[in-house]
Amino acid sequence: MKVSVIITLKKDVLDPQGKVIHQTLDDMGFDGIDEVRQGKYFEIDIKEDDKKKAETKVEEMCKKLLANLVIENYKIIEL
Amino acid sequence: MNSSVITFPGSNCDRDMDVALKKFGFKNKMVWHDDIELPKSDLVVLPGGFSYGDYLRCGSMASKSKIMKSVLNFAKGGGKIMGICNGFQILVESGLLPGILLRNRYLEFICKNIFVKVNDKNNPYFNNIKKDTLELHIAHNEGSYFCSKEQLKEINDNNQVALLYSDKEGNVNDASNPNGSIKNIAGIFNKEKNILGMMPHPERMIDNMLSGEDGSIFFENLINNLK
Repeated sequence: MKVSVIITLKKDVLDPQGKVIHQTLDDMGFDGIDEVRQGKYFEIDIKEDDKKKAETKVEEMCKKLLANLVIENYKIIEL
Repeated sequence: MNSSVITFPGSNCDRDMDVALKKFGFKNKMVWHDDIELPKSDLVVLPGGFSYGDYLRCGSMASKSKIMKSVLNFAKGGGKIMGICNGFQILVESGLLPGILLRNRYLEFICKNIFVKVNDKNNPYFNNIKKDTLELHIAHNEGSYFCSKEQLKEINDNNQVALLYSDKEGNVNDASNPNGSIKNIAGIFNKEKNILGMMPHPERMIDNMLSGEDGSIFFENLINNLK
Protein backbone atom coordinates (compact mmCIF):
# COMPACT_ATOMS: atom_id res chain seq x y z
CA MET A 1 0.00 0.00 0.00
CA LYS A 2 0.99 3.60 -0.43
CA VAL A 3 1.43 5.89 2.51
CA SER A 4 2.35 9.54 2.55
CA VAL A 5 4.21 11.39 5.25
CA ILE A 6 4.09 15.11 5.83
CA ILE A 7 6.84 16.64 7.93
CA THR A 8 6.25 20.09 9.39
CA LEU A 9 8.46 22.32 11.49
CA LYS A 10 7.47 22.77 15.12
CA LYS A 11 6.07 26.13 16.11
CA ASP A 12 9.06 27.70 17.83
CA VAL A 13 11.62 26.64 15.21
CA LEU A 14 12.97 29.42 13.05
CA ASP A 15 12.24 28.87 9.35
CA PRO A 16 14.31 31.35 7.32
CA GLN A 17 13.34 29.68 4.03
CA GLY A 18 9.64 30.02 4.85
CA LYS A 19 10.24 33.67 5.67
CA VAL A 20 11.92 34.37 2.32
CA ILE A 21 9.13 32.53 0.47
CA HIS A 22 6.59 34.62 2.39
CA GLN A 23 8.45 37.80 1.48
CA THR A 24 8.59 36.81 -2.19
CA LEU A 25 4.87 36.00 -2.28
CA ASP A 26 4.19 39.41 -0.72
CA ASP A 27 6.38 41.07 -3.34
CA MET A 28 4.51 39.21 -6.10
CA GLY A 29 1.31 40.79 -4.89
CA PHE A 30 -0.31 37.94 -3.00
CA ASP A 31 -2.07 39.76 -0.19
CA GLY A 32 -3.06 38.65 3.25
CA ILE A 33 -0.47 35.98 3.99
CA ASP A 34 0.19 35.72 7.71
CA GLU A 35 2.94 33.11 7.64
CA VAL A 36 4.63 30.54 5.40
CA ARG A 37 6.30 27.44 6.86
CA GLN A 38 8.21 25.05 4.65
CA GLY A 39 8.01 21.30 5.21
CA LYS A 40 8.69 17.95 3.52
CA TYR A 41 6.49 15.37 1.83
CA PHE A 42 7.20 11.67 1.23
CA GLU A 43 5.32 8.93 -0.62
CA ILE A 44 6.22 5.46 0.55
CA ASP A 45 5.16 2.35 -1.29
CA ILE A 46 5.31 -0.42 1.27
CA LYS A 47 4.77 -4.18 0.83
CA GLU A 48 2.13 -4.48 3.52
CA ASP A 49 -1.60 -4.87 3.11
CA ASP A 50 -2.52 -4.52 6.74
CA LYS A 51 -3.19 -0.83 7.30
CA LYS A 52 -2.25 -0.85 10.97
CA LYS A 53 1.00 -2.73 10.41
CA ALA A 54 1.97 -0.37 7.60
CA GLU A 55 1.30 2.65 9.76
CA THR A 56 3.32 1.22 12.63
CA LYS A 57 6.26 0.63 10.28
CA VAL A 58 6.09 4.09 8.76
CA GLU A 59 5.79 5.64 12.19
CA GLU A 60 9.02 3.94 13.16
CA MET A 61 10.62 5.26 9.96
CA CYS A 62 9.49 8.77 10.89
CA LYS A 63 10.90 8.56 14.39
CA LYS A 64 14.21 7.00 13.35
CA LEU A 65 15.00 8.82 10.11
CA LEU A 66 12.40 10.85 8.24
CA ALA A 67 11.75 13.41 10.97
CA ASN A 68 13.96 14.90 13.63
CA LEU A 69 11.66 15.25 16.60
CA VAL A 70 13.66 18.12 18.08
CA ILE A 71 12.35 20.39 15.34
CA GLU A 72 9.76 18.49 13.33
CA ASN A 73 6.34 16.86 13.59
CA TYR A 74 5.11 14.13 11.24
CA LYS A 75 1.73 13.12 9.95
CA ILE A 76 1.03 9.80 8.24
CA ILE A 77 -1.74 9.63 5.65
CA GLU A 78 -2.90 6.55 3.79
CA LEU A 79 -3.13 7.11 0.03
CA MET B 1 47.93 7.94 20.94
CA ASN B 2 45.82 6.22 18.30
CA SER B 3 43.12 8.07 16.43
CA SER B 4 40.63 7.14 13.74
CA VAL B 5 39.04 9.43 11.20
CA ILE B 6 35.89 8.11 9.57
CA THR B 7 35.32 8.83 5.91
CA PHE B 8 31.71 8.96 4.76
CA PRO B 9 30.69 9.36 1.11
CA GLY B 10 30.96 13.13 0.72
CA SER B 11 33.37 13.80 3.59
CA ASN B 12 35.95 16.32 2.40
CA CYS B 13 37.87 17.35 5.51
CA ASP B 14 38.95 13.82 6.38
CA ARG B 15 42.40 14.18 4.83
CA ASP B 16 42.98 17.59 6.46
CA MET B 17 42.09 16.04 9.81
CA ASP B 18 44.50 13.15 9.14
CA VAL B 19 47.30 15.65 8.41
CA ALA B 20 46.50 17.66 11.54
CA LEU B 21 46.33 14.66 13.87
CA LYS B 22 49.61 13.25 12.55
CA LYS B 23 51.33 16.62 12.80
CA PHE B 24 50.70 16.65 16.54
CA GLY B 25 51.70 13.06 17.19
CA PHE B 26 48.61 10.92 16.74
CA LYS B 27 48.96 7.60 14.94
CA ASN B 28 45.94 8.02 12.74
CA LYS B 29 43.97 5.48 10.73
CA MET B 30 41.36 6.26 8.11
CA VAL B 31 38.19 4.22 8.54
CA TRP B 32 35.58 3.69 5.82
CA HIS B 33 31.90 4.22 6.74
CA ASP B 34 31.00 0.74 5.51
CA ASP B 35 33.46 -0.94 7.89
CA ILE B 36 32.00 -2.70 10.88
CA GLU B 37 34.71 -2.33 13.48
CA LEU B 38 36.70 0.62 14.69
CA PRO B 39 40.44 0.10 15.08
CA LYS B 40 41.73 0.49 18.63
CA SER B 41 41.47 4.24 19.20
CA ASP B 42 41.99 6.85 21.90
CA LEU B 43 40.10 9.36 19.77
CA VAL B 44 37.56 8.97 16.98
CA VAL B 45 36.95 11.91 14.67
CA LEU B 46 33.95 12.47 12.43
CA PRO B 47 35.24 14.99 9.89
CA GLY B 48 33.62 17.82 8.01
CA GLY B 49 32.14 17.64 4.55
CA PHE B 50 28.82 16.94 2.93
CA SER B 51 28.11 13.31 3.72
CA TYR B 52 25.44 11.84 1.45
CA GLY B 53 25.07 15.23 -0.23
CA ASP B 54 23.31 16.60 2.85
CA TYR B 55 20.18 14.69 1.73
CA LEU B 56 17.11 14.81 4.02
CA ARG B 57 18.93 16.61 6.88
CA CYS B 58 22.68 17.18 7.17
CA GLY B 59 24.26 14.15 8.80
CA SER B 60 21.04 12.12 8.98
CA MET B 61 22.09 9.44 6.49
CA ALA B 62 25.65 9.16 7.78
CA SER B 63 24.34 8.73 11.33
CA LYS B 64 22.80 5.42 10.19
CA SER B 65 25.88 4.01 8.41
CA LYS B 66 27.42 0.68 9.39
CA ILE B 67 30.42 2.03 11.29
CA MET B 68 28.17 4.14 13.53
CA LYS B 69 27.12 1.07 15.56
CA SER B 70 30.73 0.68 16.54
CA VAL B 71 30.99 4.42 17.21
CA LEU B 72 27.91 4.30 19.48
CA ASN B 73 29.46 1.42 21.43
CA PHE B 74 32.74 3.29 21.69
CA ALA B 75 30.81 6.30 23.04
CA LYS B 76 29.00 4.17 25.61
CA GLY B 77 32.33 2.95 26.95
CA GLY B 78 33.46 6.55 27.47
CA GLY B 79 35.54 6.76 24.27
CA LYS B 80 36.52 10.25 23.09
CA ILE B 81 34.67 11.28 19.97
CA MET B 82 35.04 14.60 18.21
CA GLY B 83 32.76 15.77 15.39
CA ILE B 84 33.74 18.78 13.33
CA CYS B 85 31.17 20.62 11.17
CA ASN B 86 29.38 17.81 9.29
CA GLY B 87 30.76 15.51 11.99
CA PHE B 88 28.91 17.63 14.57
CA GLN B 89 25.74 17.28 12.48
CA ILE B 90 26.23 13.49 12.40
CA LEU B 91 26.68 13.41 16.20
CA VAL B 92 23.39 15.25 16.84
CA GLU B 93 21.55 13.10 14.29
CA SER B 94 22.87 9.94 15.93
CA GLY B 95 21.60 11.13 19.31
CA LEU B 96 25.06 11.31 20.89
CA LEU B 97 24.67 15.07 21.35
CA PRO B 98 21.47 17.02 21.99
CA GLY B 99 19.92 19.49 19.53
CA ILE B 100 20.31 19.99 15.80
CA LEU B 101 22.06 22.29 13.30
CA LEU B 102 19.68 24.35 11.18
CA ARG B 103 20.13 26.47 8.07
CA ASN B 104 22.11 29.66 8.77
CA ARG B 105 19.84 32.55 9.66
CA TYR B 106 20.57 34.64 6.54
CA LEU B 107 20.43 31.59 4.26
CA GLU B 108 23.98 32.02 3.06
CA PHE B 109 26.92 29.64 3.07
CA ILE B 110 29.45 31.17 5.48
CA CYS B 111 33.16 30.63 4.91
CA LYS B 112 35.38 32.80 7.09
CA ASN B 113 37.56 33.03 10.17
CA ILE B 114 35.71 33.61 13.42
CA PHE B 115 36.56 33.72 17.12
CA VAL B 116 35.22 31.36 19.72
CA LYS B 117 35.35 31.68 23.47
CA VAL B 118 36.28 28.51 25.34
CA ASN B 119 33.33 28.20 27.70
CA ASP B 120 34.46 25.22 29.73
CA LYS B 121 37.94 23.92 30.48
CA ASN B 122 36.95 21.14 32.82
CA ASN B 123 37.05 18.47 30.11
CA PRO B 124 39.61 16.41 28.13
CA TYR B 125 39.43 18.69 25.09
CA PHE B 126 40.15 22.13 26.55
CA ASN B 127 41.73 21.38 29.92
CA ASN B 128 44.99 23.41 30.26
CA ILE B 129 44.49 25.23 26.96
CA LYS B 130 46.59 28.41 26.93
CA LYS B 131 44.06 30.71 25.32
CA ASP B 132 40.53 31.76 26.29
CA THR B 133 39.49 32.64 22.75
CA LEU B 134 40.56 30.84 19.59
CA GLU B 135 40.56 32.04 16.01
CA LEU B 136 39.17 29.21 13.90
CA HIS B 137 37.58 28.78 10.50
CA ILE B 138 33.95 28.03 9.70
CA ALA B 139 32.51 26.85 6.39
CA HIS B 140 28.91 25.78 6.57
CA ASN B 141 25.36 26.28 5.37
CA GLU B 142 23.64 24.56 8.30
CA GLY B 143 25.41 25.71 11.44
CA SER B 144 22.68 27.41 13.41
CA TYR B 145 22.54 25.43 16.62
CA PHE B 146 19.04 24.80 17.92
CA CYS B 147 17.56 22.72 20.71
CA SER B 148 14.36 22.58 22.72
CA LYS B 149 13.96 24.70 25.87
CA GLU B 150 14.24 21.60 28.02
CA GLN B 151 17.43 20.54 26.25
CA LEU B 152 18.91 24.02 26.62
CA LYS B 153 18.23 23.96 30.34
CA GLU B 154 19.91 20.58 30.64
CA ILE B 155 22.89 21.73 28.56
CA ASN B 156 23.33 24.76 30.81
CA ASP B 157 22.74 22.86 34.04
CA ASN B 158 25.42 20.32 33.11
CA ASN B 159 27.80 22.94 31.73
CA GLN B 160 27.83 21.25 28.32
CA VAL B 161 28.53 24.34 26.21
CA ALA B 162 32.07 23.96 24.86
CA LEU B 163 32.51 26.98 22.57
CA LEU B 164 30.64 30.23 22.02
CA TYR B 165 30.96 32.51 19.00
CA SER B 166 32.57 35.69 20.28
CA ASP B 167 34.69 38.64 19.21
CA LYS B 168 38.47 38.67 19.50
CA GLU B 169 38.27 39.75 23.14
CA GLY B 170 35.85 36.98 24.04
CA ASN B 171 32.68 39.09 24.21
CA VAL B 172 29.71 36.95 23.32
CA ASN B 173 27.03 38.99 21.56
CA ASP B 174 24.73 38.94 18.56
CA ALA B 175 27.25 40.78 16.37
CA SER B 176 29.69 37.90 16.82
CA ASN B 177 27.06 35.25 16.05
CA PRO B 178 27.63 34.31 12.41
CA ASN B 179 24.73 31.93 11.84
CA GLY B 180 21.97 32.52 14.39
CA SER B 181 22.89 29.74 16.82
CA ILE B 182 20.94 29.80 20.10
CA LYS B 183 23.02 31.60 22.76
CA ASN B 184 25.95 31.78 20.27
CA ILE B 185 26.65 28.08 20.73
CA ALA B 186 29.48 26.89 18.44
CA GLY B 187 30.21 23.59 20.14
CA ILE B 188 28.80 21.33 22.84
CA PHE B 189 29.68 18.24 24.86
CA ASN B 190 27.55 15.33 25.92
CA LYS B 191 26.82 15.10 29.65
CA GLU B 192 29.91 13.00 30.36
CA LYS B 193 32.10 15.30 28.22
CA ASN B 194 33.77 12.50 26.31
CA ILE B 195 32.03 13.65 23.12
CA LEU B 196 32.59 17.07 21.53
CA GLY B 197 30.80 18.51 18.51
CA MET B 198 31.73 21.86 17.02
CA MET B 199 31.14 23.75 13.81
CA PRO B 200 34.57 25.48 13.56
CA HIS B 201 37.47 23.62 11.91
CA PRO B 202 40.61 23.48 14.09
CA GLU B 203 42.32 21.36 11.39
CA ARG B 204 42.32 24.38 9.09
CA MET B 205 44.40 26.46 11.50
CA ILE B 206 47.55 24.42 11.96
CA ASP B 207 49.96 26.26 9.74
CA ASN B 208 51.05 29.83 10.30
CA MET B 209 52.02 30.23 6.65
CA LEU B 210 48.54 29.32 5.45
CA SER B 211 46.14 30.32 8.17
CA GLY B 212 46.81 30.63 11.85
CA GLU B 213 48.07 28.68 14.80
CA ASP B 214 45.06 28.38 17.08
CA GLY B 215 44.22 24.96 15.70
CA SER B 216 47.75 23.89 16.60
CA ILE B 217 47.18 25.06 20.16
CA PHE B 218 44.03 22.98 20.27
CA PHE B 219 45.60 19.76 18.91
CA GLU B 220 48.80 20.05 20.95
CA ASN B 221 46.75 20.49 24.08
CA LEU B 222 44.40 17.65 23.13
CA ILE B 223 47.11 15.04 22.67
CA ASN B 224 48.74 16.09 25.94
CA ASN B 225 45.42 15.75 27.74
CA LEU B 226 44.81 12.29 26.30
CA LYS B 227 48.27 10.93 27.15
